[in-house]
Amino acid sequence: MSLVCMAEGGTGGQPPDPRSISGTVKEQMRMPDWRDLQAGMAERGYIAGDDLAMALHIALALERPLLLEGAAGVGKTEVARILAALKGARLIRLQCYEGLDAAQAIYEWNYPRQLLAIRAAAEGGETGAGVEARIFSEDYLLERPLLQAIRQAEPPVLLIDEIDRADEEFEAYLLEILSDFQISIPELGTITARARPMVVLTANGTRDLSDALRRRCIYAHVDYPDRAAELAIVQSRCPGTDAALIRQIVGFVQAIRREDLEKTPGIAETLDFAAALAGLGINDLTQDPVALQAALATLLKTQSDRAAIPTEVAQRLAGQAA
Amino acid sequence: MSRVTRFAARDPGPAARIVGFIAHLRANGLRLGVGETQTALAALSHITASDPDQARRALKSVCAANSDEAARFDALFDSYWRNDGRVRERVTPSDRGGALRMQNTRDASGENSTMRGQIHAPEDGPGAAHGDGTGRLIASRTASLMHRDMRTFVSPQDIAAADSIARRLAQSLAYRRSRRRRAARRGDQLHFRRLIRASLSTGGEPLTLPRKKRPDRRVRIVALCDVSGSMTCYARIFLAFLAGLVRGDDATDAWLFHTRLVRISEALRDPDPLRALNRLTLLAEGFGGGTKIGKALEEFARGPARHSVNSRTMILILSDGYDTDPPEQIAAALARIKRRGGRILWLNPLKGWKDYAPVTAAMAAALPHLDLFAAATTLADLAALAPRLERL
Repeated sequence: MSLVCMAEGGTGGQPPDPRSISGTVKEQMRMPDWRDLQAGMAERGYIAGDDLAMALHIALALERPLLLEGAAGVGKTEVARILAALKGARLIRLQCYEGLDAAQAIYEWNYPRQLLAIRAAAEGGETGAGVEARIFSEDYLLERPLLQAIRQAEPPVLLIDEIDRADEEFEAYLLEILSDFQISIPELGTITARARPMVVLTANGTRDLSDALRRRCIYAHVDYPDRAAELAIVQSRCPGTDAALIRQIVGFVQAIRREDLEKTPGIAETLDFAAALAGLGINDLTQDPVALQAALATLLKTQSDRAAIPTEVAQRLAGQAA
Repeated sequence: MSRVTRFAARDPGPAARIVGFIAHLRANGLRLGVGETQTALAALSHITASDPDQARRALKSVCAANSDEAARFDALFDSYWRNDGRVRERVTPSDRGGALRMQNTRDASGENSTMRGQIHAPEDGPGAAHGDGTGRLIASRTASLMHRDMRTFVSPQDIAAADSIARRLAQSLAYRRSRRRRAARRGDQLHFRRLIRASLSTGGEPLTLPRKKRPDRRVRIVALCDVSGSMTCYARIFLAFLAGLVRGDDATDAWLFHTRLVRISEALRDPDPLRALNRLTLLAEGFGGGTKIGKALEEFARGPARHSVNSRTMILILSDGYDTDPPEQIAAALARIKRRGGRILWLNPLKGWKDYAPVTAAMAAALPHLDLFAAATTLADLAALAPRLERL
């Protein structure tokens, strides 16, 4: 059953062997397949869902930025790290915040050095034009993440983290950079990317992003993992832990996510929880209510959430998870 | 195999089918341009397009732009490509569907401003007969009440008072400090770039110290005013108030809602205040009977808010919170607006009453999303808002 077949055949005959279709398919065979990508990520301890792996594959193939959206703690930032490890590329990270401006995101001149250079030149009797050319040269330029990413010889992974924290003006500026991959510095001229960075943007819905930015990106929504995926993640990250305990932990966290909480625990919290239980030397969640309640500090991060899951509820959930 | 859609034999080919699919998505509310069609085709060339599952995921990553759309995508995909083996007659749908819908709304708004306008032309006396057929009796009775109320009860003094209060209010919240610095004569930080340039001529001695500061950037006000039956007696104050807000600042936007949402900024900017009021009356009359705050806010959140609301926007809702829609709808719409980054103020005329508690389901649902919930029973209440807004 195939779409190309639907497209080609019309009457819906035999599904053609993909290899036999044409050169375009052969070309696809050359490309690292998205399944390979998924497997490669899994090898490095990141269990990516099919949607995410496909989006990443498409983004890499089309050289488009990848926009990852989802709740905090579901592993959005980790995607960029794993991608960098997978490609052997450098990871350059830009953490966004309100009021982020060009001086922190793109470049800044090294002012103290410039001042010293002017002084030294004045003592040596150098003329103004020569000094000016020198102090506004690359030696005096402080590269910030965006400029760094553009000037790499090998394509780096550029992670623009929590883009929704930056304001609309920065988003507009970013659009310009993401479409042309060039930056102009008045004193130096335009710097064009030597190698196109692989861009990953993350957002967790602090505010909605502009349609223009969304349209430029390949989109994937990262959700809390289902039981099977979370089991695989915990197993790959906490190799020494007992399989029965891991099943309990995952069942317990999945149950807690269904409770009405202010801050639903993410995968990072699950891993912390597993580490905490290992540290407390617990082999069975139902065995020691006091220790379980203590370990809950890694899962529930607000006062009202702690109050919502008292010891009895935690015991009940742990009992069901077993 | 049987589930796969069959396409008519005269159909042009795979590219056209993708175009048809994008048009199908567009008809279902996804915002996609020609660029996305190209991207979609390019994306398909990088996967084994003969595998429906891969194709679905690839197209999803290209076409969906937020979590809602991503969640809806699978159903849309199936309805186009896997239509249970039914033959799809035309791959590229004619734009009839979209155009029809757009035409409808245009017709509808045209009806408000022109056709019914003739019935209630400003020269007519208040309470003019509504002789446009059966079935509209109740609606037009409400409308005529509106009509008279706004025309006769608004004294020029009241208008002037509400207007000046609104302008003062607009001023009090018009500016909010930006976080990015800009060169300024007096500022709290040194402007190093200029300093270095200036010190070049003095041999590295920084004699002049240029500075920079955070400039003020404008806050945009978007006002939404409820003009349903229960709000009739306050409509005059509020409309005059809106007029003041809108005329005080070109960026301010004003909307009326009842059972539908209508933009009134243009009408309010009419230089002749009386004609502005007349135009407004005409716009207001197009509405039906009940209040649909939830639907109106939802419409606002999905449509105009996408362009007009950002983190420097203040949304002013003037309503009593009596709603016939389910309260979840209000909560969802407000949450949506809030995610765009705006601040939401709700001015409720009933809050000024003694022992008022926001117990109506709609009001209770809205409360957690509000930055300020204030009384607006009299002009004095509105005037008292200014200092509270400055602090917000």
